[in-house]
Amino acid sequence: MPRPANQPNVRVVTLKIDDLDLSAREDETIIEVCRENKIPIPSLCYLDGLSTWGACRLCVVELEGQNRLTAACSTRVAEGMQIHTNTERLQRYRRTIIELLFAERSHICSVCVSNGHCELQSLAQRCGVDHVRVPYRQAAYPVDSSHEMFRLDHNRCVLCTRCVRVCDEIEGAHTWDVMGRGSDCRVITDLALPWGESETCTGCGKCVQVCPTGALVKQGTSVGEMVKDQHFLPILARRRHAR
Amino acid sequence: MSNDPTSTGHKITVATTWLDGCSGCHMSFLDMDERLIALADQIDIVYSPLVDTKELPEQVDVGILEGSISSDDDLEKAKEFRQHCKLLISLGDCAVNGNVPSMRNHFKLADVMDRAYRENVTLQPQIPVHGVPNLLGTVKPIHGVVAVDLFVPGCPPHADAIWYVLSELIEGRTPDPSQVTRFGA
Repeated sequence: MPRPANQPNVRVVTLKIDDLDLSAREDETIIEVCRENKIPIPSLCYLDGLSTWGACRLCVVELEGQNRLTAACSTRVAEGMQIHTNTERLQRYRRTIIELLFAERSHICSVCVSNGHCELQSLAQRCGVDHVRVPYRQAAYPVDSSHEMFRLDHNRCVLCTRCVRVCDEIEGAHTWDVMGRGSDCRVITDLALPWGESETCTGCGKCVQVCPTGALVKQGTSVGEMVKDQHFLPILARRRHAR
Repeated sequence: MSNDPTSTGHKITVATTWLDGCSGCHMSFLDMDERLIALADQIDIVYSPLVDTKELPEQVDVGILEGSISSDDDLEKAKEFRQHCKLLISLGDCAVNGNVPSMRNHFKLADVMDRAYRENVTLQPQIPVHGVPNLLGTVKPIHGVVAVDLFVPGCPPHADAIWYVLSELIEGRTPDPSQVTRFGA
């Protein structure tokens, strides 16, 4: 989904985030305004340069006058909004979301190639998740090592769909997609072919770089060696957008 | 560190043991190096693989468990620690989240045993039954079987993290291990 073109006459709104008086363009989302103003909001599926997915719910915030929580990535700012980004209730919800992600599949950090460079791992630490209160599902998922350069480990996938979006929106190949529902849900290449047999994959590796965990990695990496670089994304996204 | 119970005085008593772990967390404990001497003035290790005592005392202030619950013996020890320790700490990823031992949960126990003791063995393949505890079908973190008061993740938690946690407890504060360690640290 391309971002809307910058209009010449965009109105500016004033709003309050955590008792800070701020002004923002009315076409900005809450998370964009928070990032500009260095207000930390945890997020997993949101990535600057990709379309909004709104699946992980880690960026939920509280809006005054509304009882339900709002995803900061998919909500535009409005005049007079009063936003709270780090209340006890939000901390509780975020903690639970992270624990459920750990319980759903097998994220054994100590033997992961992304150990020390993983967004899920650092989010857990930031949000104070020092153990998981729900029982682990203990379900085994397959690993696809058929690609000559990359590997896909479904056990470490959090279904953020960053790979799906970057492949479609930035690379333009749309090799990735999502298949199945509930606990059967997983990312696939082409029509669930082994990645190495994919005819659409260009081997550009953008999916690997944007993957927040050790689900998509380079072949031949050992524990802690998989360091990802996402600097290309906002630059390429702006260039695509400018055309 | 004395293990004579009469010399404990006002010192905080600490018991440790390892369940299904690699002993790395205990090695990390020893990695506190010269700080162990300062620690010995404040705590008494009354039961541990690091000392000679064979019996867990009736009442211990702090119990530290390394490793996950993988066998009957692990389960029994965890229950015993819970019963006799005022404060129970899960030390390291195996204790906190199952870690590497829990990776066998994706397979049936019988298949795991076959793989280890039959398929890959050339001389007298057999499943050991004497002097070894029964393995449980599912490996669990400590808090999957008994209540745990404090979680110190890490594989292993850095000596500095263990030092921080113990120092805070000695000072009577509640440590926040997330400030110094994380899963896989």
